[in-house]
Amino acid sequence: MIRTELRKLILSPRTWVTIALLDALPTLVAILLALTDLGPRPGTGPAFLSAVLSDGSLFPLAAIAIVLPLFLPAAVAVIAGDAIAGEAQGGTLRYLLIRPVGRTRLLVAKLLAVLAFVLLAVLVIAVTAYIVGTLLLGDQPLATSVSGSALSSSQVAWRTALSLCYATFSMLGVAAIALFLSTLSDSPLAAAMGALAFLIASTLLLTLDAANVLQPYLPTRYWLSFVDLFRDPILWRNVVRGTALQGVYVVVFLGAAWANFATKDITS
Amino acid sequence: MIAATGLTKRFGSLCAVDDIDLAVHPGDIYGFLGANGSGKTTTVRMLLGLVLPTSGSIRLFDEAMPKAAHQVLPRVGALVEGPSAYRHLSGHTHLSLLDGMGPGGPRDSRRRRIADVLDQVGLAGVGSRPVKAYSLGMRQRLGLAGALLRSPELLILDEPTNGLDPQGIHEVRELLLTLNRAGTTVFLSSHLLAEVEQLCTRVGVLDRGRVVLEETMDTLRTPSGRTVVHTPDIGRTLALLGDRAEQYDDVTVTVRAPDPAALNAELVQAGVRVSALAPERRSLEQIVLAATGPSADRVDA
Repeated sequence: MIRTELRKLILSPRTWVTIALLDALPTLVAILLALTDLGPRPGTGPAFLSAVLSDGSLFPLAAIAIVLPLFLPAAVAVIAGDAIAGEAQGGTLRYLLIRPVGRTRLLVAKLLAVLAFVLLAVLVIAVTAYIVGTLLLGDQPLATSVSGSALSSSQVAWRTALSLCYATFSMLGVAAIALFLSTLSDSPLAAAMGALAFLIASTLLLTLDAANVLQPYLPTRYWLSFVDLFRDPILWRNVVRGTALQGVYVVVFLGAAWANFATKDITS
Repeated sequence: MIAATGLTKRFGSLCAVDDIDLAVHPGDIYGFLGANGSGKTTTVRMLLGLVLPTSGSIRLFDEAMPKAAHQVLPRVGALVEGPSAYRHLSGHTHLSLLDGMGPGGPRDSRRRRIADVLDQVGLAGVGSRPVKAYSLGMRQRLGLAGALLRSPELLILDEPTNGLDPQGIHEVRELLLTLNRAGTTVFLSSHLLAEVEQLCTRVGVLDRGRVVLEETMDTLRTPSGRTVVHTPDIGRTLALLGDRAEQYDDVTVTVRAPDPAALNAELVQAGVRVSALAPERRSLEQIVLAATGPSADRVDA
């Protein structure tokens, strides 16, 4: 089942268009930086972006930091929102279910396929960013942690890998929300928009002091905490909380999706 | 093969299917007739576990649906409310994805089985064209190919000839007859009476959510006990037959006479010229129209 979902993902032109678009923004940023040599001052702009002018091999991290707040979750909302609603709208959902594919299995396979999409997107972005970064940007190994101490290149490598995993995992919450909405509506657009609305609301509430009590539970709260992986020593607290929070979102919304979908009359 | 008892489905206040019983036996070609909106598609969806009945029970292959869906549905091929496919893929790739889902489609024989069914439905030479470039008839054929992919013992087909041209309809009819001779039971929902009349061994007629008729085709088509006489001598015929002539117009008389041969002898002996004479059989259309009310998509003031 999951194999078939992955095949569908790979065969869909939209997957590759989305990834290409996601990839375009950080590449554009790299080119602009290389041409103008105007980096943001340290402490402003997306994380790591101030460092890449001197060390281009840090650009994968900067690229992830660029797409993580909006671009990547928007793509996830579109792909996950399409998961069930797209099949319903295309009329293929009924043919899937009479193969038969178990409804619970279908939901899990769809969520895993979205996760595979994010992983693929993040990897493509990181690899492109590494190539672009080392070709166009600085080549003095800077390799200091955010805390100021030196990091060996192997330390940078595995911390980068960990960051990519964390960024991928961070998208699970949005994916689960979009998947749930996708079982409610037969319109992929409505499901994606609903998930995006949730996301924008979460981002907005994070800037609002009055929403302090809610903030630890917002899905976007710990997204940029992968920066903590570059502290010395690594500051695990927020990374762990962020991972756990995504887990809670998956349990709640996948559960809701299951509750809605398992006994739903398929009239599409 | 299919046994439904007391099957009811309500969508809110609308009762789409109202307490119906169905029995399809192995080897049948069962025609499931009904006007648009009479509940055919809802019934088909319930049989396949897509829509859950409000009450009543369904057994497929003597197993309860939808509980045993996982064991039962791999033995069923179906076409529900028109074909659909992944539009950006070729027919071959679409079938290969479809086969990869759910149990019962061994991977090592997939290529051969796909080639076989494409050949069966007449799409063998379609190549790598994406489905979105297919005509309506080709999509219908592809849908049929998908239904046949696992050599099902039971075919549940909702309007299988929709969108096909007369040659295509003929081909599909021949295909279904061939499959049926090889042992496949066919459950065919349709509102094309002529199609059902030529193909089916049993029919069930649905009218506004209720089964109003379930009978073998042979029983339905038994002569009505009347004989239709074509004659140029209308006046003399009527005078001879008296009140046995039940209806007449300028050239035909419908006579209450179960034996056409005896009637013919009687007429000829009396010197009445007969140009044609046949036992009256009611057409399926007459039977269905007599059994059902007005079309459900007709909205009178």
